[in-house]
Amino acid sequence: MLDDFLVRAALAGVGTAIAAGLLGCFVVWRRMAYFGDATAHAAILGVAVALAFGTSITFGVVVVALAMAVLIHGLSGQGVAIDTMLGVLSHGALALGLVAVTMIPGQRIDLDAYLFGDVLSVNRFDLAVIWGGSAIVAAVLWWHWAGMLTATLSPDLAYAAGINPRREQLVLTLLLAGVVAVAIKVVGALLITALLIIPAATARGFARTPERMALLSVCVGVLAALGGLRFALIFDTPVGPSMICMAAALFGLGTVGAKLRA
Amino acid sequence: MSLIAAKNIDFSHGGQQVLQGVSLSLEPGEIVTIVGPNGSGKSTMLRLLIGALKPQKGSVTRKPGLRVGYVPQKLHIDPTLPITVERFLNLPHRVAANDAAAALETAGVPGVGQRQMSQLSGGQFQRVLLARAILGKPDVLMLDEATQGLDQPGSASFYRQIESVRRDLGCAVLMVSHELHVVMSASDRVICLNGHVCCEGTPEVVSVAPAYRELFGTGTGGALALYRHEHDHGHDHDHHHHSHEAAE
Repeated sequence: MLDDFLVRAALAGVGTAIAAGLLGCFVVWRRMAYFGDATAHAAILGVAVALAFGTSITFGVVVVALAMAVLIHGLSGQGVAIDTMLGVLSHGALALGLVAVTMIPGQRIDLDAYLFGDVLSVNRFDLAVIWGGSAIVAAVLWWHWAGMLTATLSPDLAYAAGINPRREQLVLTLLLAGVVAVAIKVVGALLITALLIIPAATARGFARTPERMALLSVCVGVLAALGGLRFALIFDTPVGPSMICMAAALFGLGTVGAKLRA
Repeated sequence: MSLIAAKNIDFSHGGQQVLQGVSLSLEPGEIVTIVGPNGSGKSTMLRLLIGALKPQKGSVTRKPGLRVGYVPQKLHIDPTLPITVERFLNLPHRVAANDAAAALETAGVPGVGQRQMSQLSGGQFQRVLLARAILGKPDVLMLDEATQGLDQPGSASFYRQIESVRRDLGCAVLMVSHELHVVMSASDRVICLNGHVCCEGTPEVVSVAPAYRELFGTGTGGALALYRHEHDHGHDHDHHHHSHEAAE
């Protein structure tokens, strides 16, 4: 079954949608979209670093994304104008990555696959990374759910209940790095944030509790991934962007639907 | 042993000394109010006591296993986060549905469990926060300007609720407030804070203390005069209150 590239692509899309759909809710609730961008763009720098040191690309992406996550977590505690800082880091890392890749001698790598995703070429190893990473993200979220939700509502309420909201935020930021590693082959570094935000935003209008919103967000993400894949095959369009287009279309339908229902 | 005790706390933020040499303690069952002008470090003191801030000098000691119920000053829930009152009460720990319903009743908002938090009025919202705080059967209830944004009758009735909660649960209560007239009458002990502890004692003692007069008292009478003054204008607030209720 896994010999079929379409089956592998579909599985990759679904695995990514699960992790991104769950974590995306926290990204929306906590307004961490810029965090997502910075970690995702750092992944391109990770590709360059991996090529330079001859390590596996997945390893390079994970290490650099994690490093960026820790860096922005540290900065967010300093009370500096964080979104400006994130803008600098995010685009700085992206540009540096793009430049660095061309400077590595003897390498002629197609960066497009990492910028825009290349889900039709995922192999068994990629699938293992995607589903393994997705399982880790889901498991950590499950474990930390109540604490993260409390810290999201109010850091002081968390402190009073013996939860350290800074630690919860660090865990969330590290999970973002995990989702980046999972999603980069599927939708590419430039569109990872979209996969985090759009399904969660679509689910918002139809949910009364945070848990319901997370579940719906996963459903929307899976629908967008499979729908986008099918669309791309029919109209011969790039798969990653097609998935995001599908998600955006679902968001539009959902917004209209929620308005009509109300 | 005190439930919670702060000893010689120094705290500065952004190069500015907020608290200096502050010591205070809370005994089981008593209602203590911290009063002080804006920027006097009242909220900072409370956040130090719940562990949200760490003092540069001095220490905060809690009785082992102390359960704290905390009612924050304001709570902004992002509009992208859907949450019912019932779900909110279950954070961070699951509680039995009966207990949740009983806590809402005790806090004076029975039957709002299925409402969205965003649909509550200001007074209802604060009462839900109170319900959540008492669900953990706290040894001490801490309230940080919990009636901010409520009108006069609203906050008076909120503080009456606190007194009845204390009667029911027997917990200690530590409040921060600038609404002297309401809190003074309800407190066993008042701590007047302005970067340091200016004076401390029963409401009667504090209201005639020179340090307190200097901060709040305009001439004679202190808190009582203030109370009468505001009471005289009660009809305006009542009117406002009614229109608020009608808008719900």
